[in-house]
Amino acid sequence: MKKVHVSTTINGDNKEFLCDTRETLLDALRDHLALTGSKEGCGTGDCGACSVIFEGEVICSCLALAVEAEGKNIDTIEGMANDGKLHILQKKFLEHAALQCGICTPGILMASKSLLQQNKEPTKEEVRFWLAGNLCRCTGYDKIINAVLDAAKEMRETV
Amino acid sequence: MALDNENKNFFDVVGTRPIRPDGIEKVTGQARFGADAYLPGMLHGIILRSPHAHAEILNIDTTSLDNDPSVKAIVTRKDFSPDLKGEDWNILENVMADQKALYDGHAIAAVACSSLLEARDAVKKIRVKYSLLPHVTDVEEAMKEGAPIIREGVARSSVPKDMHPNIVGYHESGHGNVEKGFIEADLIIEETFKTEAAHQGYIEPHACLVNMMPDGKGEVWCCTQGHFNVAKVCAKLLGTDASQIRVTASEIGGGFGGKTAVFIEPVALALSKKANRPVKMVMSRSEVFRATGPTSSTSMLVKIGMKKDGKITAASGTFKLQGGAFPGSPMAESAMCAFAPYDLEHVKNVGWDVMCNRPKQAAYRAPGSPMAAFAVESVIDDLCKKLKLDPIETRLKNAVKEGSKASFGPRFERIGLVETLESAKSHPHYLAPLKDGYGRGISCGFWFNFGGETSVSLALAEDGTASLSVGTPDIGGSRASMCQIVSEELSIPYEKVRATIADTATLGYNEISHGSRVTFATGLATIKAARDMKRKLCARAASNWGLEEDAVYWEKGYVKPAGPNAGNHDPLSIIDIAKTMGRTGGPIVGHFEASPEGAGVSFATHIVDAKVDRETGFTSVDRYTVIQDAGKAIHPAYVEGQFQGGAAQGIGWALNEEYIYDEKGVLQNAGFLDYRIPVASDLPKIDTVIVEVPNPGHPYGVRGVGETSICPPLAAIANAVSNSVGIRMKELPMSPPRILKAIEENNG
Repeated sequence: MKKVHVSTTINGDNKEFLCDTRETLLDALRDHLALTGSKEGCGTGDCGACSVIFEGEVICSCLALAVEAEGKNIDTIEGMANDGKLHILQKKFLEHAALQCGICTPGILMASKSLLQQNKEPTKEEVRFWLAGNLCRCTGYDKIINAVLDAAKEMRETV
Repeated sequence: MALDNENKNFFDVVGTRPIRPDGIEKVTGQARFGADAYLPGMLHGIILRSPHAHAEILNIDTTSLDNDPSVKAIVTRKDFSPDLKGEDWNILENVMADQKALYDGHAIAAVACSSLLEARDAVKKIRVKYSLLPHVTDVEEAMKEGAPIIREGVARSSVPKDMHPNIVGYHESGHGNVEKGFIEADLIIEETFKTEAAHQGYIEPHACLVNMMPDGKGEVWCCTQGHFNVAKVCAKLLGTDASQIRVTASEIGGGFGGKTAVFIEPVALALSKKANRPVKMVMSRSEVFRATGPTSSTSMLVKIGMKKDGKITAASGTFKLQGGAFPGSPMAESAMCAFAPYDLEHVKNVGWDVMCNRPKQAAYRAPGSPMAAFAVESVIDDLCKKLKLDPIETRLKNAVKEGSKASFGPRFERIGLVETLESAKSHPHYLAPLKDGYGRGISCGFWFNFGGETSVSLALAEDGTASLSVGTPDIGGSRASMCQIVSEELSIPYEKVRATIADTATLGYNEISHGSRVTFATGLATIKAARDMKRKLCARAASNWGLEEDAVYWEKGYVKPAGPNAGNHDPLSIIDIAKTMGRTGGPIVGHFEASPEGAGVSFATHIVDAKVDRETGFTSVDRYTVIQDAGKAIHPAYVEGQFQGGAAQGIGWALNEEYIYDEKGVLQNAGFLDYRIPVASDLPKIDTVIVEVPNPGHPYGVRGVGETSICPPLAAIANAVSNSVGIRMKELPMSPPRILKAIEENNG
């Protein structure tokens, strides 16, 4: 089958790739664009390890087709730190030891970023429910929730 | 200079919470996990798996792929070593079936194509002719007369004669005379319990990228808890030398025991060998559930006798565990851990290892112990209730201490069970009144911990910084702890140490990261390697000064002359010595190679408040506290992380997680939607208390912490649920349908 040409914007950069129409956005990010920070934990939208921000909304990139990226704006974990400066969420995840193995971390960071864009002062409960689509098997979530709340606090104070 | 065996009690760096050295890569998406590697010209491998629980493989027909240009290699069992025995044969049989498919998901053949999509298409075109056989997936059913036989002649010599061929192992331990002990009891409770298999549920599926050269040299990149073991197993299965297979461990996205086993790497190597191209293989989530090891399911009978004052007079337990279609379930561990927290005059533990048509069980965090604790601690809870005794006081009354004879044999050295129970007794959680409708559950738990083969190397750079090479994959932040240890020993800043997981060609053999051994054994090895380096630094300074080695001493990062007779020399820092080492005798490297013993067992006590909704059967966990003896916490934040992670996995196992087979023996819930692990909104804050009763077998007192944390939760939750609903729950998971059924039966 002939491949399809896709032009898209990823982390602010213009990107082009060729893909099979059966490939997912996650496949394209990882295999065609060398952006392997988004992870495949299930391929069925249950674990959230592939979370990216697609036109301002957090989605599972394993549930989107690669061709859907045409003309769209996509943010991935690789674009979260700016000029070598970590995002406050990234800094807080490190300070709170909010990761053990780190495989779910990119997805959880993207989902958390999306939460804090929409809700600057989430409650503990709201963070837990927002992140319910992102599985973590190592931490029991406690330190993740603390890191997100602490990041929200610092972001409010620094703005 | 007694640098070697010095025990340390005061620390500068150990016990602090620095940022982990692999942190930046992990929060920016740059860390490379198993599936994140690519090579020019690489192929994609896919495995064809059996859709049947038990079937004879009559024919594997690949002729439809003969003229398919995208197919670069096909392998079946005949592409692997034909003359393996024992566990090596078991591993190969699990990696690729021979004459029979033994479980739903068993590997039958594999193909490699230039693209993943082509490989997915190609594998569907292989035609396999099966002859279906009767199957069995339940441990009790598999032991019965007339049950389908998985394989004849597997039973170990420990198994009594004339048992069903599926019964392949028997264990017995204990001491005293339980019959006599039960006569002395005021109350005896005997109950049967069942637990379903749970999967480790690591978020990263198994993945590897391999390249087999025509001269027999193989390169493997994979996510594993033990890359030295991967090299060993691959060499055996392919009939080559272990030193010819060089394995590099990727970052690992969770393991919990499940990545101690080898599944796809030998297949990828066999494909690569045939195709003369690199091959990448990544399991799908459904393959992970169907074909990699969950833990055993169990059937258990526990009997405990107690005096009115709470003293246990005797205890006995029978633990039947199925390990899938292979021998090796952790039934002996169940039996040995079951009563380990209690000082018993009369105790008897029996274990049965049973085969059935399920995937080969793999280690899961303290294998065998959590299920046994569920049975034992449930019975203790019922005894306390009937005798109107406080659950913590009763456990304290029977708790093992230093010198107690363990239910599994030896006498305990210094241990911290009593300290965890005392801490629980005075914890705000235990003192808080129970909310309406909630039940509170208490449980203790035990795990042995382990040492094992360990080899590390610590190299000094010219600027006085240090790089540490270890051979144990970092599954939970161990590089941070190792850097802290080097920093502590050498008195150089934490940031000046770099820890690397070295490949199998670089260090001596390192056992798998399992048995809660890394911070204990690799930590001990790192201490010893640093002390070896200090000795060499002292020797170098002494030689520079024209002195004997014993005329100098080490103090906080400096070598100093030992006294006035040694002369008047300015102390030399590590940096001073490092700077000139090239012309004063060459590189300075500290080593350690040994199998450290003295791992130091560990105990925990958990408290939980839970409430059952009687209408839906749903259980909500409101408050959870983990109290565990860590010996000495090197990096307390990651110790807390181990406590919380173990508790969370235990909560999932207790309430939700289970392997569900249909009547054909096909797994019904091979995905995260239907096999539901706890999500953030399911769990409360998990509070932690780190108890530190030093392990006499480690220079800093470290005990492993990774596994003990999953031992108490099944029982603690079961006790809380039973107290909330007023019915003893004897089967895990306590999912809403099981709870509703129990309520209905109780009402009827």
